[in-house]
Amino acid sequence: MSAVLDETTATLEASVLEPPKDREGRQRGRRGRSRGGGPTRRTTGDWVVLLVAIVLGFLIAVPFLMILINSFKSPADYSTSGPLTLPTSLYFDGIVAFWERVDFPQKLGNSIFISGLVAVFAVALSMFNAFALGIGRVKGRLWIVVIILLANMLPQEVLLYPLYFMFKEVGLYDSQWAVIIIFTVIQSAFGTYLLASVYGTFPKELLEAASLDGASRWQILWRVVYPISRPTLSVLLIFFFIWTWNEFLIPLTFLVSNDTQTVPVAITVLQGDRLMDVTTTSASALLGLIPTLVFFLIFQRTLTRGITAGAVK
Amino acid sequence: MTIAPDTRAVTTAEAPRAARRAPSSLIPGSSRNAYWLYLVPGLALLTVIIVIPLVWNVYLTFTDYRGIRPPEWIGLENWTKLLGDEVFWTSFGNSIAMIVAMVLVPTLLGLVLAAMLFDLIGKKFGGRLASFLRATYYLPQILPAVIAAIVIGWILRPQNGALNQVLETIGLGELQHNWLGDPATALPSIMVIMVWVQLGYPIVIFMAALQRVDPELYEAAELDGANWFQRFQAITVGIIRPEIFVVTLTCTIAALKVFGPVYALTRGGPGTSTMVPAYYAYSEFFQSQQVGYGATIATALTIVIAAVSVVFILAQNRAEKKEEGR
Repeated sequence: MSAVLDETTATLEASVLEPPKDREGRQRGRRGRSRGGGPTRRTTGDWVVLLVAIVLGFLIAVPFLMILINSFKSPADYSTSGPLTLPTSLYFDGIVAFWERVDFPQKLGNSIFISGLVAVFAVALSMFNAFALGIGRVKGRLWIVVIILLANMLPQEVLLYPLYFMFKEVGLYDSQWAVIIIFTVIQSAFGTYLLASVYGTFPKELLEAASLDGASRWQILWRVVYPISRPTLSVLLIFFFIWTWNEFLIPLTFLVSNDTQTVPVAITVLQGDRLMDVTTTSASALLGLIPTLVFFLIFQRTLTRGITAGAVK
Repeated sequence: MTIAPDTRAVTTAEAPRAARRAPSSLIPGSSRNAYWLYLVPGLALLTVIIVIPLVWNVYLTFTDYRGIRPPEWIGLENWTKLLGDEVFWTSFGNSIAMIVAMVLVPTLLGLVLAAMLFDLIGKKFGGRLASFLRATYYLPQILPAVIAAIVIGWILRPQNGALNQVLETIGLGELQHNWLGDPATALPSIMVIMVWVQLGYPIVIFMAALQRVDPELYEAAELDGANWFQRFQAITVGIIRPEIFVVTLTCTIAALKVFGPVYALTRGGPGTSTMVPAYYAYSEFFQSQQVGYGATIATALTIVIAAVSVVFILAQNRAEKKEEGR
């Protein structure tokens, strides 16, 4: 079986090394644009691709533009002209009403506290796990990864009843720490899976050099592995923060009192409230969206540096 | 990344076997067992938060439990009921639609779009434009499901919903429809929404991965007359294969356990046309208070997800071993 597979890769490789060598193609290639340095000749085809990409981007952004437009409309304006027109005048009452009703700064603080701690804890936990699995190569690592991934595979409803009883037992029900602990475990499952495979291809020379210099495992982890895999770790940090921010079912179940709720839970709880007209709902969506948007815009540059950038090849 | 030169190709045939004979950590001179220490916090937390609830759930599948009186042992009754339960099978059928919408389409489209942004738009129109577009594609990913549901609800609403209004304005009024309220269009509508939600995730990961592709390799292939698609197929897909694995696996898991959008938009309806296993389990747990049966659905779903994941990981592992051998 494996021999067959090896042969397949061999042919694949061969085709990479020796692409079709027809003459015409070769010349076309030579005459083609030079790479690197500055923008190069753009063909009509390039402009078409750009146009397609921009139209697609616009379509994807439409719902966001709708939130933006309708958050500043008065309910009367909305009922006469519908969701698609620009507001006739800027109307801030919806935003103010939502802000005050849910005590938005408090919810924002709760969400930042929970998501921030989860992101940091889960990245740390992923790093420890992946260090043992990817670099330490402990016995049975494949199955350990599978078991850890269970945290990601379980439908969350499975956790609600048992964890409710368990946290009630230890007095953590309705505490943000319950949510923080649960999501640290869930998010670190993905982190462990990804990092373990990145660390599996970690440059051996660096580890050997550090070890020859007499560094202990703990020192190697913090002085070699951690700095080199930092780009990957920051991507994980961003993902974990946003994913935790957007979580809904578990926070809704475990954070029953108003003071501990997160932003998405506060928004959901208000749906169906008779004081929520359409434009206030839109305003709530806008306010719920802005924090993650800002966070994403600040850190999006990190995403370019790459999720497996740690694996220097 | 190496495309093996001749000398290496010879030695590597032996490498995987040698590695299997003498397993060791990547740091020389340290025993593999010493690394268990680093797994202690992770595995301890995992046991409390995941393993114990899971075992408890498996126990509940053999009981009749309404959430108030203690669970009553009924053997395999829940499981036999499950096998004959049409709603359950419908929900799994819909899972396949979710896999199409959340794995197949986003991964394929994501590959093409990522290569397009990175290779063409990034290089010819500047990296700034490429990263702006990437950020736009990623937007739905940062939108909480509940907020997405509010907005999508408006767009698809039968009376004065945005989509129907647009259709009317451009003269296609007869296509107006109660998109989420009609069993025939509810599932396709949700599928379109899921593509919208998921697309940004593969794009961001693939674009990051593309930076590993050595431009020289590309130039060489270009000089040899390989067209864009050939280069894409032979070089790009080969090099970012680890990311393709990660994206496909995580999206498949997400598709199988999709819950939020269904909960927020249709609650499985109309009828059972958008019912998915995770929502079915939820409704049995918390609406019908049939906790034992809800646990059975959830456990069955977990078994399916775990089986799919194991197959994936074994395949990935095999691919990685070959890579090492090279």
